[in-house]
Order: sequence, then structure tokens, then C-alpha cells
Amino acid sequence: MSAHEETVVHHDIGESPEGAERLIAKPAAPEAKAGLQLRHFVFVALLVLAFVLPAFTKNFVVFQLTQTMVYAIAIVGLNLLTGFNGQFSLGHSAFYAVGAYTAAILMEQAGLSYVWTLPVAGIICFILGFLFGLPALRLEGVYLALATFALAAATPQILKLSPLEHWTGGVQGIVITKPDAPFGLPLNQDQWLYYFTLIVGLILYLAARNLVTSRTGRALMAIRDNPIAARSMGVNTSLYKASAFGLSAFYTGVAGALGAIIVQFVAPDSFTLTLSIGFLVGLVVGGVGWLPGALFGGAFLLFVPNIAENVSKGLSGAVYGLLLIAIIYVMPSGLAGFLQLIVSKVRGK
Amino acid sequence: MELFIQQVLAGISTGAIYACMALAVVMIYQAIDHLNFAQGEMAMFSTFIAWQLIEKCVPYWLAFVLTVIISFIGGIAIERIVFKPIENAPVLSHVVIFIALYSVINSAAGFIWDFTVKSFPSPFGSAPLFGSSLISAHQGGMVAVTLVLLLLLYGFFSFTRVGLAMRAAAANPASSRLVGIRVSWMVALGWGMATALGSIAGMLIAPVVFLEPNMMISILLYGFAGAVLGGLTSPGGAVLGGFAVGVIENLAGTYIPVVGSELKLPIALVVIVVVLVFKPAGLFGRVVVSRV
Amino acid sequence: MSKLLEVKNLRASYGQVRVLHGLNFSLEEGGVTTLLGANGAGKTTTLRAICGMVKCSGEILFEGKNILGKSTEDVARLGVAHIPEGRGTFTRMTVEENLQLGAISRRDTQNIPKDIDKMFDHFPRLKQRRTQQAGTLSGGEQQMLAIARALMLRPRLMLLDEPSFGLAPLVVKEMFEILTALNREEKASMLIVEQNAALALGIADEAYLLETGSIVMSGPAKQIGADENVRRSYLGY
Repeated sequence: MSAHEETVVHHDIGESPEGAERLIAKPAAPEAKAGLQLRHFVFVALLVLAFVLPAFTKNFVVFQLTQTMVYAIAIVGLNLLTGFNGQFSLGHSAFYAVGAYTAAILMEQAGLSYVWTLPVAGIICFILGFLFGLPALRLEGVYLALATFALAAATPQILKLSPLEHWTGGVQGIVITKPDAPFGLPLNQDQWLYYFTLIVGLILYLAARNLVTSRTGRALMAIRDNPIAARSMGVNTSLYKASAFGLSAFYTGVAGALGAIIVQFVAPDSFTLTLSIGFLVGLVVGGVGWLPGALFGGAFLLFVPNIAENVSKGLSGAVYGLLLIAIIYVMPSGLAGFLQLIVSKVRGK
Repeated sequence: MELFIQQVLAGISTGAIYACMALAVVMIYQAIDHLNFAQGEMAMFSTFIAWQLIEKCVPYWLAFVLTVIISFIGGIAIERIVFKPIENAPVLSHVVIFIALYSVINSAAGFIWDFTVKSFPSPFGSAPLFGSSLISAHQGGMVAVTLVLLLLLYGFFSFTRVGLAMRAAAANPASSRLVGIRVSWMVALGWGMATALGSIAGMLIAPVVFLEPNMMISILLYGFAGAVLGGLTSPGGAVLGGFAVGVIENLAGTYIPVVGSELKLPIALVVIVVVLVFKPAGLFGRVVVSRV
Repeated sequence: MSKLLEVKNLRASYGQVRVLHGLNFSLEEGGVTTLLGANGAGKTTTLRAICGMVKCSGEILFEGKNILGKSTEDVARLGVAHIPEGRGTFTRMTVEENLQLGAISRRDTQNIPKDIDKMFDHFPRLKQRRTQQAGTLSGGEQQMLAIARALMLRPRLMLLDEPSFGLAPLVVKEMFEILTALNREEKASMLIVEQNAALALGIADEAYLLETGSIVMSGPAKQIGADENVRRSYLGY
């Protein structure tokens, strides 16, 4: 969150590795042939594991894994914005909330199938995110943090407003019916939602991966690293930055809709600033600028507060904080930097 | 019209709280170039220390001075112990550490002193000031202390060599090392000063809002808002920004329909964001000229 | 004359890549030494190594004491003023504050105002701009400010990294006249890294030629300047 003068200041001293303050770690994903094969192998292995896992675990664990994936999708969205476009947001709980309420209202009041609520939630969030991204173009660093923070702070209050109560259910929120598995598949509701989320998450993850390695992705990163140079190369920075905001909101909105469906309930106080901060923490511990880290981040977000609670009821906040500090000590650039370090150590030998 | 004036006055008196906090925010921003999310909690913890001292029958002003000193040392200790080892980590990792600190301090204070509301004495008394029921003697004293601190800080940063070195170290660490500034100690010193300042803010705020572990959450947010509105590079701007936030909040609560008390914060923030869109460096922040 | 700076078997790497392969060179008290070489020869790294900005091995003797491994700020406090690539100006501060920062580690605070006046005599253009933000200065003015700031340390040794970089030819000429005068009148010792070999050889007593991290030729500047090969590769005539 350094101020926008940063770039100028650092150019003063040339390319000074220890002087340069980095907003983000840039784990240049190991592109060597061996690395690629290893990564593909790991990816396929994880996928197979993900598909067979529900058969061996309890329903509650299945539910938790689903929730982890939902958070991971939201974190991928935040990563697209922060990691690849260098914009900071404390407002993603707002997009998550809009996605969740869109799904809830469409399902319970319009009788729409849960499957179709996802694209609708995504598109609404894209539009909101894009529109929010436009004034945000003028803001950077702490100023953008404050603006997005305002968004997060306002959301629960707006959801509680009495004129909207007819739709939102006010403080009570909305209860959602859990969908059954289609085509007579031999799965219970939790298992089905697990697979549904897995498939949606996979599609969104692959799309994000393709995006960041495409021309558009390079333009986004160029804007992150050197906005002036990007502009002079003919990149329409305003359009890209606003679109990045929109796209990021799209992912988070879809995650919100999925989250509402699996939890079967939406209420204003589930979508406070705490959730936004949670996404940010998840992003950092997973690795800023590294998409697969989102899964680790999502798991952190879901499980670590529970672990802290189990260690000590009275001091759970302190335990959580200390765990967080410990993780940053061990992996200052998140899991991404940590894995990169291990890979380079192994290679170096 | 009378309502308007009343609300402005009420805004100024709550604004004094925010101004105090905004000053501490700008202070640490000057020293480390980040906003510290844990600053409010640190101030709260300091205030609890003062409360504990007073409970143990230490006279108010002695407790005040002791608390400021303990906070100064504590701030330096936090920097040395928690932040020094990861000084090369990316900025977002630092932000996460702020969040972690927040969590630790809040939880520890609740554990040590529990979550019941405690009253905290005011050195200025609570009699109405100038016969007005809107501003009490305490709030008047708070404004005065804030202004005095502002003057002291201004003098420190503008006219002393240490102040100059601190500004340089925050703005350009690599070049600062080249002229022989011990950057890492400047950062630690900044933490110490900011924590000391925060403790003063906490002790001034506590008589108004009562002392409990969550007392600072919303105040820090308003303090941030005030600091950003006034311009993070300008301590004077931050103080004015703090007052402005108080006034905006009160007026929004009074005049904008459906706002009510719940939406006061978001509305205030929206106003600030709109201001920032037109003046990105804040109202009084130094516009940085850069050559491309 | 005694040796002010002596570098022995200096090696440095960035990660896995070794950039300096055991350099040996020295600088006389009051003298001017230049390191010449193309891009990537390791000139800047050498200066950064002296200032403790890169990890390295070997020996760096400054006034007979090994300063290798000392922190950058401690090296500066010994009286080594490094004007880095890109000048290291505090862009957000005024010209006068920049000069004060140059003297920030000095203990004799009472002499600082006098020295600032002296700098304004040397560089009248800085005087006109004393309350202006340094970032708004032109390239030439910024380079003058950088030199003035370095002098405010009352340095025992100045390290200059490409003082001609990015400046118009006329300004470069003026810059080197100033440096020559500083060396002659103030007896300032300088280690200059330059790509513009003709200019650097004009001011230097000793010259070292660097190629991919090793010294390939050394000797008095006049002799190096007269060398046929050097002329063809570095001077272009």
C-alpha cells in the first residue's frame, strides 16, 4: 500500500534489488521443460484426488472442501486484480455479497435454477465492478484501499435498508433450498454441490490461466509494472484497468453465488469487511500473482480460524494472529515463493 | 439553520477524536510509508496500560507520561521483533502482518482486561465549555492537545536533522543509506513515535467513548479517512481532515434521508472518495511532481 | 602519496551469475581513477560492492582498513560519497533539504550552513532553485545537485557512476570541467565509472579497462588513451 509516488522514487537509484520495494512477489513460474511436466503431473494427480475424495469422506468434510473451493474462486478473482494488475481492493466482500444475493433472490423469488444464477451473478458483478473501476482509475495505493474499503463498509448496511427489504429480507436474510443431484446421479446434495463447484472452479481457473498468459494478460501485467511504458506502447490503460476490476468482480460474484447455494442462506452480516480482509490474507498466504495459491488461501481462510478456536477459546484471535505471522515468516511471499525456493534449491544441487 | 450549526459543532467535537487519530496515522505513514491497520489496537492497548496504572493509584499525569514512554519503547520493540525479520518481504505481506497484529492485540486485551466497558478519567473534566452543551471541557482540551502535538510534530519534521533523516528514509531508503542514514533505526524510531502518539490519542479518546478492546475499530477507520482526506503527507491536513470527517458524518446523518446512524460511515467515506477522485493527493497533500 | 583505496581480488555474483572475477585496482589519495568498459562489464557492480550494496568476497581496503561487509550507511559514514546511477536524488524534497541530507551523518553541525553556501557558490543554478522540489530539476541540474550533495559529506572519496549519463553534450562538458576543478582545488579523490572513455581519460590519472568482470588492461590514463586497441574499441577514432 505504498503511495503512488513509489515508482518515481525507485527509479532514482536505478535497479537496486534491496532498495526496490515490491508490491507483489513475482514468482516467475518455472517455465523449464522439466518443470512443465512435473506441474502437469501434479495437476492431474490433484484432479484425480479431488474427484475420488468425496467417496471416502464425511459429508461435513465434503461441505468444507466445497467452501474452500468457493473461497479459492473468490481469491483467484482478487488475484487477477491485485496480482496481475497491481490494483488493491478491500471491497471484494461487496461483490461476493452481490453474487450471493443475486443467486438467493433469483432462486427463491424468481424460481430460477441454481445453475443459471451463476452467470447472472457474474455478469451483474462484472458490470458493477467495471463501473466501480472507472472512478477508481484515478486512485492508487492507499487511496484505492480506502475507496474499496468504503464499498465493503457500506454493503451490509445497504442490504439492511428497509426499502430493499422486500427483496433482501432485511436483517433476516434469505433461506435457500439446497438443490438435488440431477439426472438421477447417485450422489447426496453435499456431494453433488462439491462436484458442481469443482467443475465450475476448474473452468474458471483454466480461463484465468489462459487469460494471464494471453496478450491481454501481458497488457495487464505491463500496466502493473510500468503504467507509463504500457500507455506509451498503446495499451488503453483505463479500459484494461476497469475491465480487470470487472473481471475480478465477476469471479468473486460467481463465488458468492456458489457460496450462497452451498450454505443455503444469505444475511447482511456474512459479508462484512472481515470477509474482504480474509480474501486478502488468503491471497497473500497463497502467493500474490500465482493462481493455484488460491486453493491454499481458501483453505487457510476456512480452517485456520477454527484451529485457533480449538487451541484456545479466550485467545483465539491471538493464536490466529501468531499463526499468520509464523506463516509470513516462513513464506514471506506466500506458498508461491516458498515452492519456488524449494524448486530452485532442488535444481541447484 | 440552528440545526445546521448545532450539527457542525457536534461534528467538530467528534472530529477532534478523529483528528487525534489521524495525526498518529500520518506520523507512522511518514515513517514507514504504509498505513498501519493495527495502530488503533496499539492505542487501545496503551490506554489499558494507563488505566491499569491509574487503578493502581498512580496519579493521572504520572500515568500519562509513563504510558507514553512505555508505548514509545513498545512501538520500537514491535518493529524490531515483528517487522525487522521480514523487511524484504513484499508490501502485501506486511499488510497481512498488520492484520495479524491487530488480531493478536485485540484478543490479548480482551483476555487480560475482559470486554466489559470501563470508564477512563479526563484530565480536563467534563463540564460544558463556554456554557455550550455541545462541547465539553474535555473535548476542548482534546482539541488543544491535538493542536499542540501538531505544532511539535511540524517543528520536528521541518527543523530537526532527525526529522529530515526520517522523512528521507521513508521516501527513499536506498539513497538514504548512501548518505549514511541508518534507515532501519529511523523506521523503528517512527514506530516508537507513532505508538507514543497513538497512546496519547487513546487516552484522550477513552473518556468520551469508554474503554474496551473494540473501542478503536471505527475510530481508526475515521482517522484513516481523515488522514487520507487531508493528505497523508501533511500532518496539518490530517488534523483538518479529521475534523472535516466528523462534520461530514454528522451532516450526512442529519440531512440525507434513509441514512440514519448505520449508514453514516459509508456516506462519509463516499464523500471522501469523491473528493479524492478530484484531488488524488488529498486536500492538503503535497502534489508530487514527477518527470517521466 | 599513499593509497586511499585498494581493492584486492574482488568477486561478486547476482544469484548464480558471477559478475566480477577477482578485480585488483587502487586509488591514490587525491587522485582520480576511472573504470572503463562496455555495458555489463561490471563497473556499476564494482561501485556497489565498495558501498556494501552487493554481496562480494575479496578485500576492499579504505585507508588501510577492510570495509568489505560493512553496511552501506557505515561506509558512507567513513566518508565515501557514492553518486549512484540515476543520481539518488531525494525527488520529493527541496534542493536545500537534499544538501542537508548530504551532510546528515556529519558531527560538525555548525559548519553545515557554511558548506551549503559554498555549494551555492559552486553551483549558482542550484541557489536559484533552493526551495524547489528536486524532482522538478533538469537532468543537468540534478546531476549538479547530486555532486553537491556528495560534497556536503566532506568526502574522503567520491564514487561517480556514469556522471555523463543522459545529459546533453554541452552539459557533460560543463560537468567534467567542474569535476576537474574539484579535484584540483579541493583535492577530492574520485573513482569514476564511465562509458564515455574519452572524457574519463581526460580527467583521470589512472585507468582500468573492464571486460565481463575482469580487468584486461590498466595503467596511467595517458598511456591507456594512446593505446591503439583501446582507441579503436572505446574511443572510436
